[in-house]
Amino acid sequence: MANKVKLVPVPSRSVIPERDIDKSPILETHHLGIDFGGLVAVDDFNLTIGRTEIAGLIGPNGAGKTTVFNMLTNVYQPTRGSILLDGRETKGMKTSQVCKLGIARTFQNIRLFSNMTVTENILVGLHDEMSYNALSGILRLPSFYRSERIARQRAMELLSIFNMEDMADDEAGSLPYGAQRRLEILRALATNPSLLLLDEPAAGMNPSETEELMENIRRIRDMFQIAVLLIEHDMNLVMGICEGICVLNYGKVIAKGDPDQIKNDPVVIEAYLGKKGAK
Amino acid sequence: MTFLNYVLSGISLGSIYAIIALGYTMVYGIAKMLNFAHGDVIMVGAYICFFAVTRYSLPPLVGVLAAMAVCTVLGILVERFAYKPLRTAPSLAVLITAIGVSYFLQNGAQLLWTPNPKVFSSVVGTGRLALFGGQLTVSYVTITTIVSCIVIMIALTWFTGNTKMGKAMRACSEDKGAAQLMGINVNSTISVTFAIGSALAAIAGVLLCSAYPTLVPTTGSMPGIKAFTAAVFGGIGSIPGAFLGGLLLGVIEIFAKAYISTQLSDAVVFAVLIVVLLVKPAGLLGKQVSEKV
Repeated sequence: MANKVKLVPVPSRSVIPERDIDKSPILETHHLGIDFGGLVAVDDFNLTIGRTEIAGLIGPNGAGKTTVFNMLTNVYQPTRGSILLDGRETKGMKTSQVCKLGIARTFQNIRLFSNMTVTENILVGLHDEMSYNALSGILRLPSFYRSERIARQRAMELLSIFNMEDMADDEAGSLPYGAQRRLEILRALATNPSLLLLDEPAAGMNPSETEELMENIRRIRDMFQIAVLLIEHDMNLVMGICEGICVLNYGKVIAKGDPDQIKNDPVVIEAYLGKKGAK
Repeated sequence: MTFLNYVLSGISLGSIYAIIALGYTMVYGIAKMLNFAHGDVIMVGAYICFFAVTRYSLPPLVGVLAAMAVCTVLGILVERFAYKPLRTAPSLAVLITAIGVSYFLQNGAQLLWTPNPKVFSSVVGTGRLALFGGQLTVSYVTITTIVSCIVIMIALTWFTGNTKMGKAMRACSEDKGAAQLMGINVNSTISVTFAIGSALAAIAGVLLCSAYPTLVPTTGSMPGIKAFTAAVFGGIGSIPGAFLGGLLLGVIEIFAKAYISTQLSDAVVFAVLIVVLLVKPAGLLGKQVSEKV
């Protein structure tokens, strides 16, 4: 089990770890909501995430969890409310700009560039870190070589986090499933995020792989000092590493708190198991 | 020796098709659309070069560069105003728009430059290189065309494989959604693709009119369609495929003209295309995509 972290309440009725309370939160959403036609997919979504918090977003299928991810990255434009990333409003920004500001994500169904090599996938993630422009690339100025060399070094460093250096030149689509999941996390880390969104990182993994994943998520958080928000159905993983958990059902937040509070919350149990389960 | 001559002119014509096909295939690979106006960009490039050289007596190289610059801007503008608003529209709407742009450019050229044919003077002179004691003569245009095609091919392969923008293009061609979440500006990547494709079209236009000197507003349409065929032949979306498809198409066309019939040459070309697509539906170098059910 995770070390007990004391959670303290913050203005948006969320809780964040006590160690992050003196630092400004990395993410705040205020009354966030989106409609698809007449369907209210998400409504009044308030969440605050601390600088180095590992937070979980859970809920039954179709609750709107991935929709929240899509709003946070501006893939969907929210109908209502605001998102503050590191204190900056992200309304109207392009997805690529939000990425530059510091949100990176992985996908429920892996979306690597499968025809490119492992290294190239990470280099795409390093796109903004490489400072040369197209002209010096075409003319092969020294700045091009310097920047490419540094980027390749950086890619190898990232690969070494998960001991994947020996796969550097393999085609990404040919990797085993678990390695593809790890590569997707590394590609997201390459964009130098301050908030990492993981969409069902443990999907399709067996218990020992999930165990390793939990260790890896914690290690990444400690290493890069970033916040992680994850969607997951594997309750062992959620209860094991998340410090704050937010439960969504039918597009509304029904509970927030630490793992123990969530586990024993009758409203949450009802949402998952129906009325009978709650008794 | 006549056989060798046919091979050379086939490769020369094929190189022009290949350069045009590269533009088609790059735009298709990244924007997933068939830019049927691509052939008419060729025509615009040829006109710009013609006027620069004939009317303003600029050196031919400056003419080529001017044509490239104008076509690059034209390509970006067409993408910005005609295709970008349709990014999420069904592909049929984009296709019809592309055909519309094609007519727009042809008629615009007719209005601006009249339908009267212009005689294009070759940018590399009309000299010929005599080989084997005069048995085989190769025009400078042929040599220039083949060399340019090879240089362009190598440069493009290197560009897409090794530069940041090249990698961004390949990322966009695989998964635009994931690419923009990696901080890649998909719109500007598509613009760059159109810019490169259009600059190549300008070069192709100049080379085409250097070899076949009659220039009219519809000059670009037939080579455009042939080059599209070449791109499909080689496997649309693949750069080496466009190169191979273009060369093969050129050689087949010249052989058909020489040994079968001048009138039927186009029919032979398209018959070969049909046969290839029956055997390899994704084209020669195209990836077989298995439909997920």
